[in-house]
Amino acid sequence: MNLDFTLEYQEFRAEVRDFLETHKDSAPRMSDRGVRSEKRRAWQKILLEHGYAARTLPKEYGGHGAAPDALKSRIIAEEFSRAKMPGGISGQGINMLVPTLLELGTEEQKQKYIEPTLTGEMVWCQGYSEPGAGSDLAALRTSAVLEGDHFVVNGQKIWTSTAAQADMIFCLVRTEPDAPKHQGISYLLFSMDTPGIEVRPLMTMTGQAEFNEVFFTDVRVPADQIVGQRGEGWMVANATLTHERGMLGDPDAALSRLNSIAEIMQKETVDGAPLMDNAVFRDRLIALQAEVFAMKFNGMRLTTSATQKKSGGMAGMIVKLQGCELNHRLAELAIDVMGEYGILFEDSPFIRDHGMWQTAYMFDLGLIIGGGSAQIQKNIISERGLEMPREPKVAKK
Amino acid sequence: MYFGLSEDQIMLQDSVRRFLEAQSELEHVRVYAEGDDALAGQLQNGLMELGVPLVFIPEAQGGLGMGVLEAALIQEMLGRFVAPSAFTPAYGMAVAGLNVGTNADQRNVWLGRIVGGDVVMGVGVTEAVGAREGAGLTLSAGAVSGRASFVMGAETATHFLLAAGDALVIIDRAADGVTETALTTIDKTRKTIMLDLENVTCDVLEGSAQPAVETMINVGRVLLAADSFGAAEMMLQKAVAYAKDREQFNRPIASFQAVKHMCADMAARLEPCRSLLWYAAYAQDNVPEEGPLMACMAKSHISEVGKFIARTATEVHGGMGFTDLMGLHYWFKRIGFNRQLLGGPEKTRHDAAVLQGFSN
Ligand SMILES: Cc1cc2nc3c(=O)[nH]c(=O)nc-3n(C[C@H](O)[C@H](O)[C@H](O)COP(=O)(O)OP(=O)(O)OC[C@H]3O[C@@H](n4cnc5c(N)ncnc54)[C@H](O)[C@@H]3O)c2cc1C
Repeated sequence: MNLDFTLEYQEFRAEVRDFLETHKDSAPRMSDRGVRSEKRRAWQKILLEHGYAARTLPKEYGGHGAAPDALKSRIIAEEFSRAKMPGGISGQGINMLVPTLLELGTEEQKQKYIEPTLTGEMVWCQGYSEPGAGSDLAALRTSAVLEGDHFVVNGQKIWTSTAAQADMIFCLVRTEPDAPKHQGISYLLFSMDTPGIEVRPLMTMTGQAEFNEVFFTDVRVPADQIVGQRGEGWMVANATLTHERGMLGDPDAALSRLNSIAEIMQKETVDGAPLMDNAVFRDRLIALQAEVFAMKFNGMRLTTSATQKKSGGMAGMIVKLQGCELNHRLAELAIDVMGEYGILFEDSPFIRDHGMWQTAYMFDLGLIIGGGSAQIQKNIISERGLEMPREPKVAKK
Repeated sequence: MYFGLSEDQIMLQDSVRRFLEAQSELEHVRVYAEGDDALAGQLQNGLMELGVPLVFIPEAQGGLGMGVLEAALIQEMLGRFVAPSAFTPAYGMAVAGLNVGTNADQRNVWLGRIVGGDVVMGVGVTEAVGAREGAGLTLSAGAVSGRASFVMGAETATHFLLAAGDALVIIDRAADGVTETALTTIDKTRKTIMLDLENVTCDVLEGSAQPAVETMINVGRVLLAADSFGAAEMMLQKAVAYAKDREQFNRPIASFQAVKHMCADMAARLEPCRSLLWYAAYAQDNVPEEGPLMACMAKSHISEVGKFIARTATEVHGGMGFTDLMGLHYWFKRIGFNRQLLGGPEKTRHDAAVLQGFSN
């Protein structure tokens, strides 16, 4: 154990702090999550220039070209969180597609898609899930048939986040209907403006249309818009799923939530006494705090593994499951301590924190389900982490 | 920044692991639990040869001068193998107290005698955490009277280091006026007693007793957490191994998803505890302003996760888990014992709230 940072890292931290101080007026609000927000894009541009977004991506594709350094990434995340300033744009394009293209895309695909994605000009959606293919993603049926130099796509996707705003989609389709289910899938990129695409927003429990249904009727996609080879889409998709899970369950977010709840409990009163004086609420707060600390230190341990280029093993495998659950329980506590005020919603008078707690409480449930449900995570932990046997396959009738 | 164990720390833990793996098998634990002290003595000697008791004692007094983290790594192994050992009170808490709450002469004398092996300390600080049944010690004219409850380390102690009001005192176990009442607890691998004292001559330590007692409690909490962590880790490992082996409905029960998810839940809750424990132990020596808080966090959280694993791992074993034959209950009880000593989860969370100014 050595939790001191060497001079190089202390200086780096000072640099980040300096940057944040200098640019604090350019930063959008934390709650500004709009994919088309001008303020966010302008901020993204500043972050890219200074290497606080796309830090380790190659310069030729619009990144900053810095050597991967898990500690510096950690310091950036910590300092942004401390300053309560938003980091770079995150979304399925930047977090999932870009790493996939870097790993498996053609040179032309990299040139064409990475830079505009990084700047936020090109917004992507992820077309994986279908009505009949959720946890069992490989059961997907949307078909793509090669006709000349185009794939013709027919079928339906569902739960497609940001599809209504997206310029492009990275999409899993079945190209070899006769191959075993994992070997018949291909990974296509195409424009959401292509004729034959219909997007129907799906309202969610938060009151917003966070995701959509997407219908494809004879959508013609140039054959060179495939990532990897025909029938290799499952492997390509799995490369991105690892990136998705890394993005869920962030311990910094949990820590800042916890601190906000402690503030609410000190500030707000019931019958004239601060909520913090209620021993039951206080006990719940501290119990969650211990879990937040445990996840924070688990994250530090993972950072060390990453700097040593070692796998995080079990410590990494549990992050999505534990982190999302913890965030959800934090939102639950915030609502409970606020009592009646906890149920205020949308633009109600007297609402606290712009209504973020109810929204978080609902949205986090979506995160527990999406990106590989809690149960799927437990399958992975038991099968890959604890080496327990898979479920026997049920014979087809 | 490096968040993890050093090569030396890994080696230290491995050497204790290897020794205990050979020594502390279930049959040994059973014999010890049935009251065979000779066997415990043998284990003590083996740990002595490995240098375990010296680990946490400063070099100036002839020890190895390592920190709470190393002590916690050893304690994790003792918990893992439910080893009958008074390491926590004798070579953890007592040493921590003597380091802080003494003048240089007393420190040299007492730690020197511990190193020499003619003194083994038990500790009594329960009343500094919370006094029940009106227990407590008072000091008057160099003699101590009253009751110290749940005194730890009775299996090997020749002397006791006791919190007496706002003083810290050492008594000889054989002194006049000492009455011991053995307590039977769920955990037969460790011994706690009640001490009733009547005008017992004592050595009053000449330091600041208050911080010394607090340090003892902090170190004790971290070590009890380490013990529970080690015990819980072993229970999970046993549950997974048993599930792979045991067949029902013509398949290993480990292939039933209900069983897999019980195990995944245990692993998912336990793994972050390892990092919490490392940090809490490390903080005692290196981040003193966070030491007391982190001791509370580790003790309370690992007690909760430990309890969950103790019951869930037992459940995975079916009826077998419930039997004496399997011996799983030694781990179950070890975790249950650690949970209550030096403050249960509610008490340690309350202390954490006070430390952060959330309560008074
Ligand atoms: C907020 C949100 C955003 C999303 N965004 C996108 C997106 O942008 N693009 C996209 O493609 N998809 C997206 N999804 C879809 C998401 O990936 C799926 O919802 C998820 O994989 C689960 O599939 P399902 O909804 O069909 O549920 P099902 O697979 O039907 O699961 C229902 C229940 O059964 C359980 N279950 C299923 N299989 C097993 C098993 N083998 N063992 C144990 N339990 C099992 C599940 O855990 C769950 O509790 C999003 C989902 C949410 C909630």
